[in-house]
Amino acid sequence: MQETQPDGTPAGDAPARPNSLRSGPDARGRFGIFGGRFVAETLMPLVLELDQAYAEAKADPAFRRELDYYLKDYVGRPSPLWFAHRLTQELGGAKIYMKREELNHTGSHKLNNVMGQILLARRMGRTRIVAETGAGQHGVATATVCALFGMKCVIYMGATDVERQKPNVFRMRLLGAEVVPVTSGAGTLKDAMNEAMRDWVTNVRDTYFLVGTVAGPHPYPEMVRDFQSVIGEETRQQMHAAEGRLPDIIVAAIGGGSNAMGIFHPFLDDASVRLIGVEAAGRGLDSGETAASILRGRPGVLHGNRTYLLQDADGQIDEAHSISAGLDYPGIGPEHSWLHEIGRAEYVGATDDEALAAFQLCTRTEGIIPALECSHALAHVARIAPTLDPETLIVLNVSGRGDKDIFTVAAHLGVTL
Amino acid sequence: MSRPSSRIARRFAALKEQGRGALIPYLQACDPDYDTSLALLRAMPGAGADLIEIGVPFSDPSADGPIIQAAARRGLKGGSTVAKVLEMVGRFREGDSDTPIVLMGYLNPIGAYGPERFCADAARAGVDGLIIVDLPPEEADLLEGPAAAKGLDIVRLVAPTTTDARLPVVFDHASGFVYYVSITGVTGTRTASSDELAAALPRLRAATDLPVAIGFGIRTPDQAAAAVRVADAAVVASALLATLEDTLDEDGRATADTLPRVLAQLGDLSHAVRAARG
Ligand SMILES: Cc1ncc(COP(=O)(O)O)c(C=O)c1O
Repeated sequence: MQETQPDGTPAGDAPARPNSLRSGPDARGRFGIFGGRFVAETLMPLVLELDQAYAEAKADPAFRRELDYYLKDYVGRPSPLWFAHRLTQELGGAKIYMKREELNHTGSHKLNNVMGQILLARRMGRTRIVAETGAGQHGVATATVCALFGMKCVIYMGATDVERQKPNVFRMRLLGAEVVPVTSGAGTLKDAMNEAMRDWVTNVRDTYFLVGTVAGPHPYPEMVRDFQSVIGEETRQQMHAAEGRLPDIIVAAIGGGSNAMGIFHPFLDDASVRLIGVEAAGRGLDSGETAASILRGRPGVLHGNRTYLLQDADGQIDEAHSISAGLDYPGIGPEHSWLHEIGRAEYVGATDDEALAAFQLCTRTEGIIPALECSHALAHVARIAPTLDPETLIVLNVSGRGDKDIFTVAAHLGVTL
Repeated sequence: MSRPSSRIARRFAALKEQGRGALIPYLQACDPDYDTSLALLRAMPGAGADLIEIGVPFSDPSADGPIIQAAARRGLKGGSTVAKVLEMVGRFREGDSDTPIVLMGYLNPIGAYGPERFCADAARAGVDGLIIVDLPPEEADLLEGPAAAKGLDIVRLVAPTTTDARLPVVFDHASGFVYYVSITGVTGTRTASSDELAAALPRLRAATDLPVAIGFGIRTPDQAAAAVRVADAAVVASALLATLEDTLDEDGRATADTLPRVLAQLGDLSHAVRAARG
């Protein structure tokens, strides 16, 4: 997919310019002071092997061709960029486009990354896949490709999430995956991540750990970002085709940060494009019950990388809270921490209630039931769009569809299904 | 790189002269409360501990199995903080200036305390070495400077997955002793066979002159004895914590059985270690 920027220079796969914000991470896997490889020695040789295997795959045109084939014919890419007429009218301001990642096979952006990593795992000769999941979207995507390639699949999921994402649990089991409920901690994504790491350290010889977001030890943040960047690359082209120019504002929800990183990354060097990540503010940013790692956390080390974390004064990690299981994580990918510190991206919050309202707004005005995760991003769009003029182009990343959330939403609306 | 003056080096040198290996028991700070764990710590040398590892509780012990996870939860519930752990070591030192103390934990609580301040306060309290599970050599520059400046040993972990080519990277800047993680897995699960251990040790010996301790999966006196026949020390953690857990009452509080039973088990392990090479 070739493309030309307004000034005539090629974009997309073009090598990063000197001084580019897209050239990270460095050789140690760092984005500024963030990232790195903070893992036990047992895992370190594996992480180094993965780094090398990914570098080789990335440089191999055959790998790219294979991935493109599956992205097109199995995932269903490219996903459309939809001009949201009625939502734009309803909010009365900026022109709102939606990047329709919910139309991917399995219903979210997660499959972009999973497709890339499963092909890599096969290249590396691994036969058993483990993954962590929060909302279950990453687990479903992983179980799906394991079914596709006939690989053994074990999904770790917090017991609380197993409860609130029942449809996805059933889906994973139908796909042949073993779903292991994790009861340590609050039984959410952080605990599932710990347990997946424990499995990996125990089964190093045959197992590939398929991380679902732009976090974890290097090279995961880079690799997952690269696989998700297809979102931003398509957006760039599609916006150029629709409006003949770059968008002005891109808004995405942040759990670990993969859908946001995927749509942000191809625009990092375009200073005119405002990038806004929306964290889950839970019951309110100052309620003590949030998943807003950047807005309410400080830098620390967890799950293999240095990044912003919700933690207490003693460095114990706090439990996150969000109505959305996919955002319920006390950390964020290290590249976001860096983009925050250098001021290239902005991070804001949206509460549970704001997300619920946005969920309904989208459903009513566009006929699209969005996942609760990206409903947070829409809540922020609903806040700013009315204050902007109609020339302003906003892209909202609709990272997933909301069918999995209807039980949660019904419960909050007082409806028994 | 072992500093001859360090407590750890002196202890291993003395044991070498006696021709026996070391027993290194482990306890989790404040498990299940500060007073019990301080009392246990103080009684360990008398029951046969040659060095002692104190686990610094962390909310997310991703390299540990269920037994240490539970101990860490009890420790946090029992009021553990990094400052409390250091205070505990200081109190221990009032009555014991010889038994080396090694803190084992994860990086984030130390990062939150501040690496420089932590090393200064730890050395002052009487800590001798640090084992930071999630700090591989590639990231260790963070702590090496402050630790060396305060005379703290950084104990490096080696695993079955560590390749020969990687050993020099791991042992660069290592001091005190080397900790061989004898299985691929989390703590307190599988046990390495004597054959596996016998096969692993020569390659470590070829790459370092430091004493080698074996840990992860040593539960019984026989296993501890087997470990010190090929290595310089045996670390026992989960087996002691499981005993401790077993003595707690329904509300997770220590009982009159807690210390006696853990110390009796420690005594049995110690006898086996002392007799191993006899
Ligand atoms: C639909 C959807 N959006 C967003 C997320 C959050 O993850 P990330 O921030 O990595 O995109 C999830 C995670 O489960 C999800 O399912």
